[in-house]
Amino acid sequence: MTAVIFLIFAAIAVFCGISLVVQTHPIASALSLVGVMGSLAVLYLLLGGEFIAAAQLIVYAGAIMVLFVFVIMLLNSGAETPTFQTSTFVKYLGIVLLVAFLGLISFIIQAALPKTEGVVFGGFQGTAADVGRKLFTSYLLPFEVTSVLILIALVGAIVLARKEI
Amino acid sequence: MNFFILTLIKVAVVAFVLLTTLAYLQWIERKVIAHVQLRVGPYRVGPHGLLQPLADVVKLITKEGMMPSHVNKVFYLMAPFVAVTLALISIAVIPFGPEITIGPVTTWMQLTDLRIGILFVLAISSIGVYGVALGGWASNNKYSLLGGLRSSAQMISYELPLAIAVAAPLLLANTLSFREMVNYQSGYWLGFIPRWNVIPEILGFVVFMIASFAETNRVPFDLPEAENELVAGFHTEYSSMTFAAFFMAEYSNMVTVTAVATLLFLGGWQPPFPAPYSDVVPILVFALSGVIAIYHGLNPARRMDKFTLPATGLVFLGIAAIFGLSLFVPVLKTILMALFWFCGKVLILLFVFIWVRATLPRFRYDQLMRFAWIFLFPLAMINLLATSLIVALTTK
Repeated sequence: MTAVIFLIFAAIAVFCGISLVVQTHPIASALSLVGVMGSLAVLYLLLGGEFIAAAQLIVYAGAIMVLFVFVIMLLNSGAETPTFQTSTFVKYLGIVLLVAFLGLISFIIQAALPKTEGVVFGGFQGTAADVGRKLFTSYLLPFEVTSVLILIALVGAIVLARKEI
Repeated sequence: MNFFILTLIKVAVVAFVLLTTLAYLQWIERKVIAHVQLRVGPYRVGPHGLLQPLADVVKLITKEGMMPSHVNKVFYLMAPFVAVTLALISIAVIPFGPEITIGPVTTWMQLTDLRIGILFVLAISSIGVYGVALGGWASNNKYSLLGGLRSSAQMISYELPLAIAVAAPLLLANTLSFREMVNYQSGYWLGFIPRWNVIPEILGFVVFMIASFAETNRVPFDLPEAENELVAGFHTEYSSMTFAAFFMAEYSNMVTVTAVATLLFLGGWQPPFPAPYSDVVPILVFALSGVIAIYHGLNPARRMDKFTLPATGLVFLGIAAIFGLSLFVPVLKTILMALFWFCGKVLILLFVFIWVRATLPRFRYDQLMRFAWIFLFPLAMINLLATSLIVALTTK
């Protein structure tokens, strides 16, 4: 059952990922990215990381990508026009070569990595409370440093974007 | 009983009740607004317009679906679908009552309990923006686009105070599950003040309600569909069932938001009075409504009242009798009491939504944004900080 759900959503994630690159319209690309985020959230959920899944949906799909879509809509940018022409033969050859290349890379990585126990569904037993406790005890410094970094980026964006007085 | 069969039964019941509620919520809204404005509202279809929702559904289904030229077809059709699906999904984690045992079966009056139920609702509501934004953009119409843009900006802005207002009761109860949230709010201070979160968190409750008006695109924050400047905003180009989908999504979001407010702040299905007194309240309420209806039926102001009001009165008396009977059947009592208090609180909050729509004017767009960022957001933040300080000082 879980394996079937995993396969379905993994396929959706890969499909949306390809669609993200192939689509010519920015809104379609952005929505494909939302599809990738959503399916990744399901995969996190299958592994047992329920808090990560919810955070993925709230932060990435619900906030960041909405801003992306908002900006694209605001600028009202049209579909992208191809800048160079390619023949159909080259396209199909490219697909075959790409698949062969990816297969080779995945084979090499799998051979090079040491044999470990695979990940099991629901193996990650981290509730929201556990994540919070870890964040504020073991990983307090990285957490605080990251938040200061984000604050600096925010202030920087405002300073750069504000009108000259 | 088999888990799947049980779940299927529960899903069927909840879906049927939810969809009927959505249809009749619209009738209630039209009636309430009409009475606020000294009109009678829908009156022709059925007694007191009671069959109006049915007529509306038939009209919307049989109407021709128009698709304007030059729309982006895929996204144009996807937008209402996304909006209505995401709006209906949240009900799956809302509990309506405690654990009940009917014969051999023990189950919760809830479809599913996630340990992160509250986060789930927040996540779904944050994705819900896409329906409105896409609908506005794909329609290829400047008014729709402006409506879509406004709604995305508005929903992103108001999501912040909403989420921060939700965080404060979570701190108090130390849980993310709706069930435990309600269990935390059981019991009474000094024996008669209910331990609901709304009492220590009154500020959070107000912020939550204001932000949820904006999240559901309701008056006074219905800028995305401001008639006098944007025709109908993001759904200008939609007709028949695609329009109905947006409409359903709005009402469904209203139900979800009020249910969440009830569970987080108003104690869910916990009655406001200690046990022996609270059992009598529904009987009194329904019996009194029945008697009043029959009294007015005996002195009719209009010709039709002679039949409709006594009939309504008898129905109310019947419901009162069922509640009275349930005092002697423990299973029935648990179900009915939980449903009465939960639905009562949700209906009161829904009434507030409708009441506000009938009385308040619309914000201007710059006022809307300034209100969110300069007033509501700091207020929610102060509330959260004060709550966390108190929690930190009181727990060891």
